[in-house]
Formats: sequence, C-alpha cells, structure tokens
Amino acid sequence: MSAPVSELRFRDPALSGFSRTGREAVLPSTKISVRELNFYYGSQQALFDISIDIQERVVTAFIGPSGCGKSTFIRTLNRMNDIIPGTRVGGQVLIDDHDIYAPGTDVVELRRKVGMVFQKSNPFPKSVFDNVAYGLRINRLTSSSSELAGRVEQALKDAALWNEVKDRLKTSALNLSGGQQQRLCIARALAIRPEVLLMDEPASALDPIATSKIEELIFDLKEQYTIVIVTHNMQQAARVSDTTAFFLLGKLIEVNATEKMFTAPNEKLTEDYITGRFG
Amino acid sequence: MAIGNLNMDTHRHLDDELSSLRDRVLLLGGEAEQALDRAMYALTERDSDVARQVLEHDDQVDHLEVEIDRQCIDIIALRQPAARDLRFVISVAKMAPVLERIADHACNIARAAIDLNNEPELKSLLDLSSMAEHALKMLRASLDAFTSNDAITAREIIKSDTEINDLYNHTFHRLIELMVTEPATATRDARLLFVAKHLERIGDYVTDICELTVYMAEAAFIKHSN
Repeated sequence: MSAPVSELRFRDPALSGFSRTGREAVLPSTKISVRELNFYYGSQQALFDISIDIQERVVTAFIGPSGCGKSTFIRTLNRMNDIIPGTRVGGQVLIDDHDIYAPGTDVVELRRKVGMVFQKSNPFPKSVFDNVAYGLRINRLTSSSSELAGRVEQALKDAALWNEVKDRLKTSALNLSGGQQQRLCIARALAIRPEVLLMDEPASALDPIATSKIEELIFDLKEQYTIVIVTHNMQQAARVSDTTAFFLLGKLIEVNATEKMFTAPNEKLTEDYITGRFG
Repeated sequence: MAIGNLNMDTHRHLDDELSSLRDRVLLLGGEAEQALDRAMYALTERDSDVARQVLEHDDQVDHLEVEIDRQCIDIIALRQPAARDLRFVISVAKMAPVLERIADHACNIARAAIDLNNEPELKSLLDLSSMAEHALKMLRASLDAFTSNDAITAREIIKSDTEINDLYNHTFHRLIELMVTEPATATRDARLLFVAKHLERIGDYVTDICELTVYMAEAAFIKHSN
C-alpha cells in the first residue's frame, strides 16, 4: 500500500510548485502515460490517437457525451477490454513506465494493481466479509485468519463502510442498500491494495445522499490512490476531480486543471459541451 | 451546428435567462447613467425639481439591483453555469451593486444641487462639468464594452480614469484656495468639493466595471494590479 503523502496535494498543474493554499507543494509524478492509443471493436475504431498523462494520487475525471469512448478508454488502463472478442489496441499504455500491452504482461497482477469499480455495483452473492476477503483468499495475500480479518476490516474502513456493517459481516451483501453495495465493491477493490482505482460512473445509480458519501470517499482515497473516474455528471467531475479530460467522438479534446476546465476551458468544443450547448 | 449525431442548442432556457439578465443589468446601467446626467443638469442649471426627481427615482434603481441579485442566485443554483456563462453571471452579480452605488452618488450630487440652489449662485463650477462629462463618457463606454465582451476597450477605459483623478486634484486644490481667500463662499465651495469627490468615485466604479468585463471576456483577474 502506498505511504500517505505528508506534503500538500498539488491541485493545479498550471500553478507550478504551489498548492491552492499558496504553500509550496510536491509536484505529482506521472503514474499512467498513454501514447497515441487507438482502439478498435472489430473494424470500428472507437479511440483515436489518445495521448494523456495521469498523475499519481490525483483524481482525473473523464467527461463527454454518451458513446464518446470514456468507458472504452478507462478499460484500456487495466486491459478489461481484452475479454471482449474482436478488440484491437494500438499505441502504448505505460504504468510506472511499464507498457501493460507488452507481451508477457501478467494481466492478473495488472488488474490487482489497477482496480475497477463499475456503474452497477456487483457484490458477490456471499457475505459482506467474504466479498472483501475474496481477492485476498484467491491471491493468497494473507497468511493467517487474523491477518485476513484485519485486512478486511481495514478495507471496509477505507471504504467508509465499517461502522455500518461491523455487526453484520456474516450477512449477505445483497441485503445492503445500493450505496452500501457500491462501497462494498470499493472495499473489495481496496483489500488487495491497488495503486490505481478506476471508477466507471460509480454513483450514477445512487441517490444523492449515497452519491455524496461516494464523493467524500473519493476525496479521502486520493491521499493514497491514483483515481480515474468516468462520469456523465459534470458537476460531479467539478466537485471531486483535480484534473478533467474531455472526450468527444473517440478523441481527447482537452485536458486541464478542473478549475480551469470549468471556468475558462481552452477549446471551444469543451466550452460548448460544459455550457450545455450540445450533448 | 451539428457534430456527428449531436444536436447543438439544447440549452435554450439558460440562454433566455442569461439574455434576460444581460438586459436587466444594461437597464440598471442606463438608470445610473441617467441619474448622473440629470443630477449634474440639476446642479449646472440650478433646477431643484430635476434633482428631486433623481432622488424619487432611486427606489426603482435599488429594486432593480435586488432583482438582478435574485436572478443571479437562481441561475447559479438551478442551472449550474460553467465557463463563459459562469463568468458572465458572476460579473453581473458584482457589477449590479457597483451600478447602484453610481446611482447613489448621483443622488448625493442631486442633494448637493438642492442645497446649492437655495443659496446664491456661485461664479463658477470650476472643472465639475468636465469631470461629469468624462465620467458619463466612461460609463457609457464601459457598458458598451461589457455588452460587446470587449476587453481591449475595457482596458483603455481603465487608463482614462487618470483624467478624472487629475481633474479632481486640480478642483480640490482650487476649492481649498477659494475657501481660504473667499470665506463667504466656503460652505458652497465645500459642497462642490463633495460633488467633485462623488464624480471621482464614479470614475473608480467605472474602472471596477471594466475590470469585470476583462474577467468575463478573458478569465483574467486584473483587479488591484497596476
């Protein structure tokens, strides 16, 4: 698990060396580097020459109209698209300078390191405890039952769910509310200590209170994890992210500090989208 | 304009609201301009009736400012404007009280006019007419620049504030001199000094409007910069 950063979080890449409070901050390093990524579903090209750097322990949000390629792109970051027949990738995705599409890449280890949370929560039909313990067990990441219990508890705490489920760890996960199930899925991903968390519209199926809890959680999690979130809710992107990237028709139109993106974007297409002139 | 299968122009409600807000703030600007023009007329032509009309009309100006405030808050709460729309709404929200203050200063000039009109006419109003003319010209130009999203003209107007400041300094020293050399007119001269100060403040407020126009057009904060 990454050590917590004691220095201030650097939010605006355009303000070299200073955080929003004006105090000197540590510049984040690049965690994921995408270079000229092209993606195809059979003969249909879905992503065109995408190049972007995703900074470590920063929340990067991807926005854009439905069908623009956001979810396709996020799935390229942990090769989840591999399970779709007929797909093809060109270009590079480097995580910690390692090309994840290089031959011989351990995809299982990749998906441990780059965890994912989906739009529709998908808890296993097991107990709360067993859901979180599942990844730990099959990967043999603990050596005793007490260590396992400790890791499960920590993951549930990190997902801000522990207090709500600590007295019913053996009950079925399917009995939890929608918001709790989603946080359980986050805990399940966190248990195996990823470095990156991909979130594909994690709150779109949730009520406002549950959404607010997920957003608060994201804010806390970015202290330790690099987070990439796809959202169709622009206000959510504005609330939770440090950097925002705008996709349109499979192309990356603009990447910018979130404050800049929502107050003075560089590209007219971006401005037209976020002001609701199309979409 | 269409992009692929995407339709443009799906935000007509917001466009209508922004348009309405623009009309209202320009109306407020027109009210401030008219108040100043009429207050100076009341002073130079010694017409206390016109001065009283300026004072009576001020309630409507205040009401318009409050309406603009409410509309800005509603747009922010309900439409969550972003980018240029956000900058526009924020600029209007900050501009409305500035315009209302200009109208207040015009009222103060109108009150001074009523007081002065009750006393013997002064030989000269010194540079006050020139100051007022310049202030009105700046105000009109600043509202035009705002309407046209014209940051270049706005920056030029800011520079021209030095002219009002120079006229004020000259008027100040001249009036102090007169108060010493002609004590009989000291009270009237003091009132004129206040009028000069009101006009100088109006020049500063117009500068504020221009700074907001630059922010709206360029997303640049030039407030407090030299």
